[in-house]
Amino acid sequence: MKSLLLILAMLAGSQNPPAANAPRGDAQNGKTLFMKYGCYECHGREGQGSNATGPRLNQNPITYPRFVAYIRKPSGEMPPYTAKVVNDQQAADLYAFLQSLPKPPAVDSIPLLKQ
Amino acid sequence: MAKSRKFSADRRKFLKGAAVAGAATLAAPGETAVARPAARVTAPLQDPRAETGTPPEAEVLTTDHCGSDFMVDVIKSLDIEYFCANPGSSFRALHESIVNYGGNQKPEFITCCHEESSVAMAHAYSKIEGKPIGVMAHGTVGLQHAAMGIYNAYCDRVPVFIVVGNSLDATQRRPGVEWEHSVQDAASIVRDFVKWDDTPISLGHFAESAARAYKIAMTPPMEPVLLVADSDLQERPLSEKDKLRVQKATRTSPPQGDSGAVAEAAKLLVAAQNPVIVADRAARTAAGMKYLMELAETLQAPVLDQGGRMNFPTRHKLNLSGRGRPLIAEADVILGLELTDFWGTVNSYRDQLERTSRRITKPGTKLISITAGDLYIKSNYQDFERYPEIDIAMAADAEATLPALTEAVKRLITPDRKNAFQARGAKLAAAHDAAAEQARKEAAYGWDASPISTARMSAELWAQIKNEDWSLVSNGAGGWPQRLWNFDKYYQHIGGSGGAGVGYGAPASVGGALANRKYGRLSVSIQNDGDLMYAPGVLWTASHHRIPLLSVMHNNRAYHQEVMHLQRMGNRHNRGIDRAYIGTTIEDPNIDYAKLAQSMSWYAEGPITDPKDLGPAIKRALAAVKRGEPALVDVVSQPR
Ligand code: HEC
Repeated sequence: MKSLLLILAMLAGSQNPPAANAPRGDAQNGKTLFMKYGCYECHGREGQGSNATGPRLNQNPITYPRFVAYIRKPSGEMPPYTAKVVNDQQAADLYAFLQSLPKPPAVDSIPLLKQ
Repeated sequence: MAKSRKFSADRRKFLKGAAVAGAATLAAPGETAVARPAARVTAPLQDPRAETGTPPEAEVLTTDHCGSDFMVDVIKSLDIEYFCANPGSSFRALHESIVNYGGNQKPEFITCCHEESSVAMAHAYSKIEGKPIGVMAHGTVGLQHAAMGIYNAYCDRVPVFIVVGNSLDATQRRPGVEWEHSVQDAASIVRDFVKWDDTPISLGHFAESAARAYKIAMTPPMEPVLLVADSDLQERPLSEKDKLRVQKATRTSPPQGDSGAVAEAAKLLVAAQNPVIVADRAARTAAGMKYLMELAETLQAPVLDQGGRMNFPTRHKLNLSGRGRPLIAEADVILGLELTDFWGTVNSYRDQLERTSRRITKPGTKLISITAGDLYIKSNYQDFERYPEIDIAMAADAEATLPALTEAVKRLITPDRKNAFQARGAKLAAAHDAAAEQARKEAAYGWDASPISTARMSAELWAQIKNEDWSLVSNGAGGWPQRLWNFDKYYQHIGGSGGAGVGYGAPASVGGALANRKYGRLSVSIQNDGDLMYAPGVLWTASHHRIPLLSVMHNNRAYHQEVMHLQRMGNRHNRGIDRAYIGTTIEDPNIDYAKLAQSMSWYAEGPITDPKDLGPAIKRALAAVKRGEPALVDVVSQPR
């Protein structure tokens, strides 16, 4: 049953633009939680990701329902963040923080990346 | 009788002339045993005349040569350039012989501040130079310190020539510390992770075992070896030195794959639609890299370089190391060359409450392995990884087998296959370019962040060194250098620690830089903070021996791997997910690594937190390195 709901949530999510269905989150608190709850450890403080530890979350088109579903019950290597340790409001704050991350500078504007 | 140093030297009959006197000793063992305690009771120890009963005028207090002089002759014959060591009384004679009798040249004594550093220096040196240098240590406390370094070298299949001092003869030990520093079987503590060891009981035995040890260490799989240099052997006077013979260390040619297996492998590779070549410690020398390029180009097959050595140029169009997972999933034939972990290459693994794994290859995918690891395995330490089910397993050295395999492949190529290979090559080249472009794009994320991103750090460093003849002697920054830099020479990358024993990076970078120095190469390291804190004394060794090295610190102020492990445990247990920093971070207080390095006469800057300051700081540090100094730039960095 749980997994059915999850699948439904994921399907619903995949049909919506990224920010749809997201409850109002506090990006500033999300930033604090991103550090405090260790997301930065694997995804980088700016959500830039690392090949070795966790994918980029900055400019990641993941929808809110998929986001919550994923952190609650990751299908891969990521440790789970259940509702017991990250409540729904906190999840929304984390999501709002990720949405608020600025786009990186255009790669062609960085001479050091042309060497 | 038989109690002066002179006579005690004779006791073991290592010199023909001395054997006569020795015979008398041996003829009356009981007498010796009784006589000694009696002497002790009646005379104070510090008066050797009282103990030996030798009249003052007849007592010999000096000798022109001793056993360790001959040991130096043996070591010189092995062309060992350096001996890295903390000084230690159990090898004081050998130390003195190196310095005086040997002229402190080949070998030169490199003063270290920790035996683990001595071994890691030798470990990295060997990977640059392709031959070992020596390490000396006490057979007890020194070897205990050295053990982790030896284990790293063992896992990394690197030859290190280790000589430890010990005093086996209980009747000859000085009272006190020499007893704590003596052991029945010195090598036992590391026997599980050296390829061979011996405890010679004569100088002739030492000569023979040294030649044997060297030969064993240099036969793939190459590994550390250990000899015990008994202090009595070292210190006994040498009067008939010319009777001793230095034995030639002959070399064994590395084992090649069986010709039938090579032909079978070639058939599979030529017929394959999607062959993939995976290399870990495939290239032992620059030639290995060339052979691998030839095979890959002949087949137009992608190469995944797992980085145990510099196997394949990073900007070669067939280098698809960044696309490992999808290529493995599509492959119909996978050729693994000296892989540490073939199982882990073809399986995914999930570290959750229930640990699970899954084969990621298609059904029917054929696995071919060439590794000297199959020729040599021990039980206790588990570095052999999980058992892979291989279709064609060659117990052979990959580098030695590659030319024959390439020839066998060439013989089987038809015009049709050649066309197919060309089409495949074009697709792979496009995929290589796309991966390189993707890497550039990913590097832009967090570009201006503080702490500084590892991508930015790598790009800033590359900008400063790319026109030099550089060698990355230790890389603590993960994959960014490989994704952004142009590695195309063998010595530009030397792999990692092997056993993942933390504390390898700093001494390895100094050892690698020592090897690079005579070629005038610029040695560069990306140094982790936790790693440096194990034995920072190696910074002093670099200064003392004038070893130039540019060290850029990836200072994430943590044992970050362990932060993530603790996070995982907290999450798994639904508690304390905000406490993973306890016991894992290196903050409060932050360590000032620039000051640490400056205290040992390094040029140093930092902590650098603004990415804009980084390029100029590296430039200034590089100028110091060009003056011949070691230099460090402390960069406060993102976790990974
Ligand atoms: C120990 C490492 C680790 C930690 C801590 C971690 N993640 Fe992850 N995360 C991963 C990995 C690895 C993946 C890739 C998929 C997988 O293997 O589970 C991932 C995937 C994700 C995804 C899915 C991305 C996608 O494109 O599908 C999201 C969203 C995510 N993480 C958010 C978070 C948040 C928010 C936190 C903190 C509350 C967090 N992660 C903490 C390792 C981690």
